[in-house]
Amino acid sequence: MTNTIETQTRPSLSTQQLEVSIGPQHPSTHGVFRMNVVLDGETIVKLKPVMGYLHRNHEQLAENMSWLGSMPYTDRLDYFCSMTNNIAYALAVEKLMGIDVPERAQYIRVIMAELTRLVNHTALVGFLLNDLGAFFTPVLYAFREREKILDLFESVAGSRMMCNYMRFGGVKLDLPDGFVDCAKAIVDNYPPFLEEMERLLTKNEILMARCQNVGILLKDLAVNASVTGPVLRASGVNYDIRKIDKYGIYDRFDFKVPLGTVGDVYDRYYVRILEMRESLKILRQAFKELSAGPVISQKGLIAAKSPRNMKVPAGDAYGRIEAPKGELGFYIVSEGGTKPYRYHVRAPSFINLTILEDMCLGHKVADAIIILGSIDIVLGEVDR
Amino acid sequence: MGLASGSPTVDQGLKSELEKEGVVLTTLEQLYNWGRRSSIWPLQFGLACCAIEMIATACARYDIARFGAELFRPSPRQADLMIVAGTVTKKMTPQVVRLYNQMAEPKYVITMGACSIAGGPFKEGYNVLQGIDRFIPVDVHIPGCPPRPEALLDGLMKLQKKIDGQSIESAEWYQQGQKREFPIPAFGPKGLEPPYNPEVWKPREYEQKKQTEAEARKIHGTIHDPKQSAVSQ
Ligand code: SF4
Repeated sequence: MTNTIETQTRPSLSTQQLEVSIGPQHPSTHGVFRMNVVLDGETIVKLKPVMGYLHRNHEQLAENMSWLGSMPYTDRLDYFCSMTNNIAYALAVEKLMGIDVPERAQYIRVIMAELTRLVNHTALVGFLLNDLGAFFTPVLYAFREREKILDLFESVAGSRMMCNYMRFGGVKLDLPDGFVDCAKAIVDNYPPFLEEMERLLTKNEILMARCQNVGILLKDLAVNASVTGPVLRASGVNYDIRKIDKYGIYDRFDFKVPLGTVGDVYDRYYVRILEMRESLKILRQAFKELSAGPVISQKGLIAAKSPRNMKVPAGDAYGRIEAPKGELGFYIVSEGGTKPYRYHVRAPSFINLTILEDMCLGHKVADAIIILGSIDIVLGEVDR
Repeated sequence: MGLASGSPTVDQGLKSELEKEGVVLTTLEQLYNWGRRSSIWPLQFGLACCAIEMIATACARYDIARFGAELFRPSPRQADLMIVAGTVTKKMTPQVVRLYNQMAEPKYVITMGACSIAGGPFKEGYNVLQGIDRFIPVDVHIPGCPPRPEALLDGLMKLQKKIDGQSIESAEWYQQGQKREFPIPAFGPKGLEPPYNPEVWKPREYEQKKQTEAEARKIHGTIHDPKQSAVSQ
């Protein structure tokens, strides 16, 4: 960019716009995201995201493999929340096949989904603070809590991060002995951790100065851009798929949907803290109501035993859930065979990222970094 | 004091006897390598899922600081070790090679996870590079998807052992005019040009592997072909 701007306040000084490429290897772009920004001094005039550095052909690969075969691949979409990804995909296929999910499996799914939400939001707060300049210390605390929940995941699924735990019509295995007690202990110990975090952060002078009124996302724009998840709710739109769609058994739980008022980075931070508290509420209810029974339906068991022969009736289905990052949907088209004809992922990170430029314009470079952090993207899901 | 590690002047028995009294006898080389291996600074560089496990390793529970490698540097100029953590796509490959070139000698590479070793679960993808060792030399491979933090620590210890075995006299980065830089491939509509670096990657092995793969697929296909199995029955 070579055109020169005469600033009005100081006509004697002429500035030149500068184009800077941030990423793909940059400590604050959350992976391999790249943005080309045009700067006037420190102020952002234009921002263009460049994607595709982690395009792993997820959808194309899924169309060449059995239905259950792409379940482990969904783990790797949003690698913080493998459990919720599994649930969304299972939901889509179950819709098409007309399989029921037994009571106990439904509860297990809710428990896993809410634990995942805790993991995701805790890690996000750590990384957001990282972007704000509090390098690594908040992440240490966040990962301390995350490790406890990952141990639970490991006990049920055998893997810390890539759980691959859901099956069509239920879950893979029943909970191991002592799981509920361990999970209860974690849930009971979470509020003190949240309070500690809030005591240090929520009313923190620096955090407020940096985050309040930065990157405001107006209601209308958010709805028009089909932004979902905590980013949308921070702008004050009451839209939570757990409440609207009531997929699974979410109508049985009593929880609130926290909403923001301004729609700035601070609101997005605070909405997530409140959401964690609501998740804890849901978890407590789920532990109380969890009853014995089968964890996978008969039809699902047959399908899980011989996944290569599993056929799905022709048609299309869209399964969606409220993932920690927003509406995660799987759109699948079947021709009645053992492979999907079309497989599409509606990735919340990708769609939430589209409004990045609108939020960043007029702010400084350092603000763009925290705005990006507050959207909460994971590149595995953005580029797929 | 001898320079080489196998210096005949140091008697092992005497050495251990002296150590009991608090006198440490060492060679310059051992001291030098001890210093090098105890402060490996990795490049802060994550590509995909494996990077999260790398961060977990750096956190309190696994504490990579015990091995002196906790200082993740965002700039390649200050880093000794590149941990390729995650899927290397074809679009990202030029950047990875460039980062390697920008690192100062001596430099080491660890591939973390199946993806950076050989493409991993996404091997069949059209945009996925089947192993970063096609372009840059790799010192330690850590398999897994993702490898557990313990595995990364084990890989780091393997690298430390390798550093211990290196000698100042014959280290290649001390030779005159030696700087390990590799040509950066170009990413275009037909993928990467060239598809591998012949200096680093041996094409014959690569072709052989492809051939055996094709054969395996044939056998696999016959087993699962219902018509053929009906005939054989
Ligand atoms: S090896 Fe597995 S966990 Fe690691 S980047 Fe590849 S897919 Fe992700």
